Formats: sequence, structure tokens, C-alpha cells
Amino acid sequence: MLEFPTWKKLWYWGLTLAVAAAALPSLFSVSGLPWPSALPNPQVSLGLDLAGGSHILLEANEKQVAQQRLENMEESVRGRFKLAKPRIRIGDISSAGGRLSFLLKDPSQVDAAREEILPLTTGAGLTGQRDWDIAVEDGSRFVLTPTREGLAQAVSNAMDSAIEVIRKRIDALGTREPTIIRQGENRIVVQVPGLDDPTALKELLGKTAKLEFKLVDETAAPNDVKQGIAPPGDEIVPWADPNAPGSGGVPVIAVKRLGGIKGDQLTNAKQAFDSRNNTPVVSITFDQQGGAKFAKLTSENVNKRFAIILDGKVLSAPSINEPILGGSAQIQGSFSVQSATQLAIALRSGALPVDLTVVEERTVGPDLGADSIRKGLIAMGVGSGLVVLLMIAVYGRFGIYATIALIFNLMMILGVMAVMGTTLTLPGLAGFVLTIGAAVDANVLIYERMREERKKGRRVIAAVENGYKEASRAIYDANITNFIAGVLLFAFGSGPVRGFAVVLIIGLFTSVFTGVTLTRMWVADWLRKARPTELNV
Amino acid sequence: MRLLKLVPDNTNIKFLRWRVPFYVVSMILIAASWGLIMNKGLNYGVDFAGGQEIEATFTKQAAAPVAALREQVSKLGYGDPVIQRFGAPNEVSIRTKLPESAEGNPGAAEAISKKIIATIRAGNPDVRIESVSTVSGKVSGEFRQTALYALGAAMLAISIYIWVRFEWQFGVGALFALFHDVSLTLGMFALFQLEFSLQIIAAILAIIGYSLNDTIVVYDRIREDLKKFRKMPLPELLDMSVNETLARTVMTSATLLVALIPLLFFGPESLFGLTAAIVLGIFVGTYSSIYMAAPILIWLGVSGDSFVPTESAVDRQERLARERSAKP
Repeated sequence: MLEFPTWKKLWYWGLTLAVAAAALPSLFSVSGLPWPSALPNPQVSLGLDLAGGSHILLEANEKQVAQQRLENMEESVRGRFKLAKPRIRIGDISSAGGRLSFLLKDPSQVDAAREEILPLTTGAGLTGQRDWDIAVEDGSRFVLTPTREGLAQAVSNAMDSAIEVIRKRIDALGTREPTIIRQGENRIVVQVPGLDDPTALKELLGKTAKLEFKLVDETAAPNDVKQGIAPPGDEIVPWADPNAPGSGGVPVIAVKRLGGIKGDQLTNAKQAFDSRNNTPVVSITFDQQGGAKFAKLTSENVNKRFAIILDGKVLSAPSINEPILGGSAQIQGSFSVQSATQLAIALRSGALPVDLTVVEERTVGPDLGADSIRKGLIAMGVGSGLVVLLMIAVYGRFGIYATIALIFNLMMILGVMAVMGTTLTLPGLAGFVLTIGAAVDANVLIYERMREERKKGRRVIAAVENGYKEASRAIYDANITNFIAGVLLFAFGSGPVRGFAVVLIIGLFTSVFTGVTLTRMWVADWLRKARPTELNV
Repeated sequence: MRLLKLVPDNTNIKFLRWRVPFYVVSMILIAASWGLIMNKGLNYGVDFAGGQEIEATFTKQAAAPVAALREQVSKLGYGDPVIQRFGAPNEVSIRTKLPESAEGNPGAAEAISKKIIATIRAGNPDVRIESVSTVSGKVSGEFRQTALYALGAAMLAISIYIWVRFEWQFGVGALFALFHDVSLTLGMFALFQLEFSLQIIAAILAIIGYSLNDTIVVYDRIREDLKKFRKMPLPELLDMSVNETLARTVMTSATLLVALIPLLFFGPESLFGLTAAIVLGIFVGTYSSIYMAAPILIWLGVSGDSFVPTESAVDRQERLARERSAKP
């Protein structure tokens, strides 16, 4: 137990110093000293509760993804059947209950219809997974039901592109170093350090920015529209601002459900001013394909009105005076400069594929974080001081070994955290303090055992050896059970509480190494050199 | 140099003489804790209850105008706010429920917090808003559930580990001691209506870890002594093991307390609840290792034969197989 060949000593010292050295850059930056730029600079990152900033948890509306898929499916089916030869006619289309069903006008076309639909129902992946199940009821009714895997894949894809969109939007705000992570199946965590007023950010993230241009149905009976009854083929859309010019005092408007175009094919969007009345507007530029579609829509419908719909609300409904062929357009809609700028950013970064709502938000002001660090460090200093005093008073020389081990222990925890890139949170600070108190337990166990063995009359060397040997069982059992508790806390915990678990878990490993292995090496050295005849412990 | 001794050498305190009364008292305390938790309920913070929490410091006032704040915020019509001091007297947290309509609606939630902050500012220009948290009902419900899972899973997993490493009686004993510690800590939170947040779950898991650490040290010694003194009556043997480990128990509790108590007084306000819970847990956990975990071994029928030192691993497996097949 007390034999330490040179290679072992070198290895232990090397490991200790290397890991402890990794803590130095973080310590330098806390104390405000410059760290030589030539050296590697791993830093412990501070959680938002210490650094200040905003944490926002967004949840996607999965139902909406499913609904969107149904709508897309309906359009694809209609499109293919229209182009099929001979044309396949269908009716009684319904997307109720999360399934798409329709009736073939000519039951003899069942096989042809199936042929047409089949390519639409398999996934894009190589797995050959089916995205939709096809069933034919009563010989002529097709029912398309989304499969669970297909839907999960669609949600997953929507989340991936939502993250991209969010990143673009936050970048456009000019915010530094946001963290955007997917959490679980349908959630996204956005963390922006240093941001203490997240209002603008939340408004931007809450905006789906789905832009649509749909023709206004001027033939709809105004009384029906007022009561929310849509004529066949129409839908009723509310005005964003019920007092907008053009609404005529009616809060809703009837538009044709199909035949409009989407505003997702844009190359640019920016805030501008209307040349006639100098009000803020958003000017958009379509890409080539989008421009062609927009030109077609406007050429075919001169002198009619089309509604500009953003996230299901009508912004304005200008009439088409002449075909718009240049591929750019202006969106009016009772904007302020700020809201027009925001909409421009949202449109530029693309529409979110799914609505996101904020389900959790935490914002910490920068003062509180700095204050917490200062107070935490003071408390840690006083606490370690008292632990050191107590250890030295009770165990003398051995207490000094335990103290040096404790210093290396704290440095190593910080070093491991810096290298692994884990985050130090406010509860993490408490984890440090708890580790200071608990780490010396290994030493206490060993030293008390040495004392006992000596009392039983064992010789000095045997007492030390037995002390380490007999105490290690309890030390390992205790640390393993603590490890179990820590891992469960990490697995189930969230955010800052995880920071506590991280410090505890790393602390368990470093405590055993410094408290048991390193002190044993030092004690062995001392025994060999001083050859003591009595253990003052 | 004479060294300090927190515990004199060769103590022989008859801890277990009073095991029955102590057990009765502990059982009553556990029952009372659960009664409090059921009747009074825990004062869930924003993590578990959902809603909105604004932490504010009144920089130029000695104490926060709690009564005035309560009146002003109540008038806004979001229900009665829960206003609590945290740390210094001029620092408070103001908690309001989120109306149904604002669930998952960032605009509405934002408007509410803006209104509350504006109201506070109007009466107290010196106020500094430290943090704003909004947690929807859905997320807080999930937090409650995962917290429960974490506590349950930790207690169970640890007991299984002890069972594997020692004997089943020790696993049951450790589980019971943990149940005692968790119950009393929760009871304390219910009694004093301290804010119960995610951090407190972390504290309880730390208590579980610490209390178990203590239990293991005592159990390890009991196992060792059981092998050495097979004929000694169990109560006497348990007393001996507890006395032998007493110096260590006291010293480790002392180092933990001297490390944590400064955090209670000088540390960040928001860590007060977590630290207070752990400090409390150190006392409860130390007590339970001696008075809950050890005596239960007598009633569960541990004896000098529980760890027969001569029995090899193979013999043991055969014996266990025999015992299993003998049982109906």
C-alpha cells in the first residue's frame, strides 16, 4: 500500500498538475489578470444565473405540423390527379380526424389513383419507411392516414429547420453567442447571455412569419362573412388590425382557400417607407420562381383585390391595378418602423415551419449574477478556511496533507469543468462548497482509523497501512452511492440544478484521487524519510 | 503540539438503549411531516407551481415595502401575489399566477410582467429588477413529475446497491433511513412554508447522498464487527460500532457544517433555501444513521451469521440457492 515507484509518482504528479493547470485560465479571468494569449485558454463557462441573460424554452405545436402535412398532401393529390391521363376526378374531400379522405367519382379508377398516390406516401429516407397508410373503403373512398414514424420524422424535420430560422433571426438582432439547442422531441432552448430585456427577442421568436397572398372573394355575402360562415371554397380570415383601411369596419374577410401563393420564396425583405404617404412598409423581393408565380397571380387578377396574410391574419388587401412583373412588392399593414423592421427580419430569415410558444422563460439581470459570484466566492473562502483550520487542529501534519489535497481537488474540479466545457451555475457554487465539506471525509475516515489501529498497539507503518486499507471500503461504497444520486439528479434535473450535479459528480472522482491516492503518496514519503516512532494523529 | 479531540477516546455511549422511544418519536415525526405536507401543502415556487416570479431589490430602502407591494399588485387583478423576502430585508420575490389566457402566450405573459414591474417602479423608483421567470403550467407539471421520479429512483437505486454490497436487511435499513430524512426535510418545508423549488430537489438528493454516506460508514463497521465478534449480542455490538465510528461522524458533520454555514450567511440569497435544506439534512441524516439505520437491523434479524467469514462465494451461492428452493 505504501510503495510508490518513481514512475507512479511521476504519473500522479503529472496528472494532478495537468488537470489543475487547466483551471488557471478561469481563475485568471475571475481575478481580472491577463492570461498569456500564446497558451491554451480553456474556460469554465458561466450559466445564465451567474452571467446574466435570458433563457427561453420554446415548444412547437405538433398538431400544426400534422395539419400542415394534411394540407400539403391534399394539394399534392389534387395536383397529380389533375395531370393524370385520363384525369382522375374526386369529391367529398375531408381532412377531419387527422386523416385525408376523398371519394373517386369513377370507382374504376381505383388502381390508377393508387398508382398516383403511392409515390407521395413513402418517406424520403432510404429505409423505405411509409409516411402514410392508404386504405380504400367501399370500393371508391380513399383514406390516407399518417403513420406515427412519418409524423415523427416531419416534426423532427420541422424542428431542425426551426432551429436554423431562429439562429438567423437572432443573428439579425446582432446578439452575441446565443445557444440554441433542441430539447426532447418538440422543444428548443434559446439562451442569450447578457440580454436583460428579452422582449424584442421573444416577439421575434413568437412570430411564425408565414406570409400568404390570397384572392379576396368579393362575391361572398357580407352578412355570412360577418357571422363567420365561409362560402364553399373560401375561408374567413381575421384582420390583424380591425380598423385598417380597407376592412370597412368588418373584422374578418373571406378569401379563396386555394389558388393563392406563399411568400416563402424571397431573396430579401427590408423596412421602407411608402412613397405616397410616407408610412412604414416592408418591401420584399421574390426569387425568380416566386417572382414568376407572383407575376402570374397579379396578371390573371387585375382589378381584383388580394389579401396579404401574415400568420393567419390579414395585414392589408390592396387591389391589383396592374400586373406586378418585377418580382418585388410592398406590404402595407399599419406598421410602426420597429414592427416593420421586425417583420422584415422574420421574413428574411424565412418562416418558421411550425408555431412556437414560450413555455418557460428566465431572465437574470447582470448585477445579480456578478453579486452571486462575489458572495459565493466569499462564502467558499470562509468555508474552506474553517475546514482547513479544523482539519489541522484535529489531525496536525495529516491535516496539512488533507489541506493540500483539498486545494488540488478544487483546482482539478475547475480544470475538468473547463476542459469538458461544462457550465458553472449558481447551484454549482453550492456544489463546490458541499464538496469542500464532504471531500475531507475520506481523510477523516482514514485518519480516525489510523488512530484506532495505533491504539490497538499496531506499529506506526502497519497502523497507516491498515488505516488506508480498512477505510477504503466505506469510502468507495459511499462515493458510489453518491455517484448514483448525482447521476440521477443530472438525468432528471434541468438547467441550473444540473450544474450542481456536474460539480458533485466531478468532485467525487477528484476527491477520491486527491484525498486517498495523493495523501497516501505524501504520507508514504514522510514515513520513509522521517521514520517516525509515534503517530501524532 | 497537542491535537484537538472533538470526541474523547474510547467512548461507550449506550445509544441503542433508547432505541424504542427514539423510534416512536421518529415515527411520530414522519407521520406529522406527511400530515403537514398533505394538509398545509408545500409552498411551491414558480418552478413547480407555474406562473411568474419577479425578484427585485429596493436599493435605497432598508426593507422592502411588502404590504404596500401586496396591495398594489393585487389591484392589478392577477390574484393575490405571494411576496417573500429572500436574503436581505430589501430583497423580495413577487410571485403571481398566470391567468389561463396567458398560458403559452408570450405576449400576454410579457404584458403582465411589464405591468407589475411598472406598478412597482411607480411607487419605488429605487427598485432594481434582478430577474424575471415565467414557467407555464405544462412545464411546471413536468418539473413536479421528474422531481418525484428523481427522488424515487435515487432512493431505490441506492438501496439496491447497499443490498448487493451488504445484506438485504441493510438495504431496507438504508431505505428507511432515507425515507425518514426526506420526510422530515419535506415536513420542515411544509411547516415553515419555505419556498420549494428545483434547487430544493437538488438539496434533498445531496442530503440523500450525505445521509447514506454516514449510514454506510456505520454499516461497514457493523459488518466488520459482526465478523469479528460473532457471539456478541446485537444491541451491544451495534453500540460498539456506533461508538467506534463516533469520532469520524462528529468530525465529518463538523467539516460539512463549517463549510456550509458561511454560505448561509455570506452566500448569494438565492442559495439560501438550498443551503438551509442541506444543513438541516446533515443533522437529520446523522441522527438517522445512528437511530434509524442501526436499530432496524435488530428487528430485521441480522445476526453474527449474516456475514460468516469462512463462507466462500461459491458456498454462498449454493446456500442461497438452497434457501430459495426451500421457500414455498
